[in-house]
Amino acid sequence: MCDTCGCNITDGNRHLLRADGSHRKLTAVSVLNKLLQHNDAQAEANRALFDRHGVLVINLMSSPGSGKTSLLEATIKALDGALRIAVIEGDLETENDAARIRALGVEAHQITTGTACHLDAHLVAKVLPKLDLENIDVLFIENVGNLVCPASFDLGHHLNLTLLSVTEGDDKPAKYPVMFRAADAMLISKTDLLAVLDEFSPERAEACLRKLASNAQVLRVSSKTGEGMREWLDWLNRRLEHYRNLRRENRSLSPAVQSEGRRLHGLARPDVRFKPETA
Amino acid sequence: MHELSVCMELIDQVEAIARSHDAERVDTIVLRIGSLSGVEPGLLESAFEMARLGTVAEHARLRTERIEPRIRCRACGLEAEAGPSDLRCPACFGTDTALITGDEMILARVELLQAAD
Ligand SMILES: [Zn+2]
Repeated sequence: MCDTCGCNITDGNRHLLRADGSHRKLTAVSVLNKLLQHNDAQAEANRALFDRHGVLVINLMSSPGSGKTSLLEATIKALDGALRIAVIEGDLETENDAARIRALGVEAHQITTGTACHLDAHLVAKVLPKLDLENIDVLFIENVGNLVCPASFDLGHHLNLTLLSVTEGDDKPAKYPVMFRAADAMLISKTDLLAVLDEFSPERAEACLRKLASNAQVLRVSSKTGEGMREWLDWLNRRLEHYRNLRRENRSLSPAVQSEGRRLHGLARPDVRFKPETA
Repeated sequence: MHELSVCMELIDQVEAIARSHDAERVDTIVLRIGSLSGVEPGLLESAFEMARLGTVAEHARLRTERIEPRIRCRACGLEAEAGPSDLRCPACFGTDTALITGDEMILARVELLQAAD
């Protein structure tokens, strides 16, 4: 009996039926694989490397032009050497952002993604050999400016920092829930413009974030005037201290949402289960 | 469009499964995509049209099952459906909820064609 249509196949006619390909067996394989398990495996390898060297890695995400590079410049200046910083810049085309960081005497490596609208764990892994991880306290990865794609790719970092500039809508957390749900902190940037942009309400932005069941800290920073810099550096130092305490117990840190997802869906390891059955 | 990257990984996994089952080709691929996964099923389907070319899945159909968010409230214990941009508890309006489903991106099923014997 043929599994496809129920016809009778005998040894005598089998070769005829197979010749035109119309009689083939259908096998259904049930699996429960994460679609990005290849990326996630590389991300875990990256994280293990960072952890061996005790480097706290922060993924910066936002729309284009939300001031990620300006925040990094202001941060490097305000720290004034108190922490050893390095930067990986993800950009579609240019080396401009990395050049701005290097001008401040900080190591920066550019990944030009070409047409890809996000960094992934393999792209990050490729630049890691260039970094002197033993002499870095905090590595910032400036992701491609995009509120959609970067949220889906674990890079092996420890924390997600999502920027929302006051020149954007304060309802962005509601419009891009995947991105903002992933934030370990939401940083409202360009707050010096709040005086002239009365349609942006930091309170409304925070309310949208809370509706996503997020407890992330909300920071307000102006890289231009330095307003809020102290709170942001406090947050950074507290997270670094927390990370170092975890490392002393040989533990690590992954972005809150990602670890929660893994736990809840029980897919901590790429779990390939074949359950062959004929249909 | 990161859906193409997702498709490349999908094709890799499907090819490995097809190989280990000595399949001639892939007939159907079934995915479960949460509405909070960050992947758009429509974009995924168009990316798949490109990614499958020249692979064992060249003639495969792609089916996506959309999974809507469900939350569990840590305060009152309620389990309920939620909207993608409002994951609060519908009973007590608490924001301390855990997402039970809705952010998954899972390859759930592959149907393979094999020469009958
Ligand atoms: Zn509740």
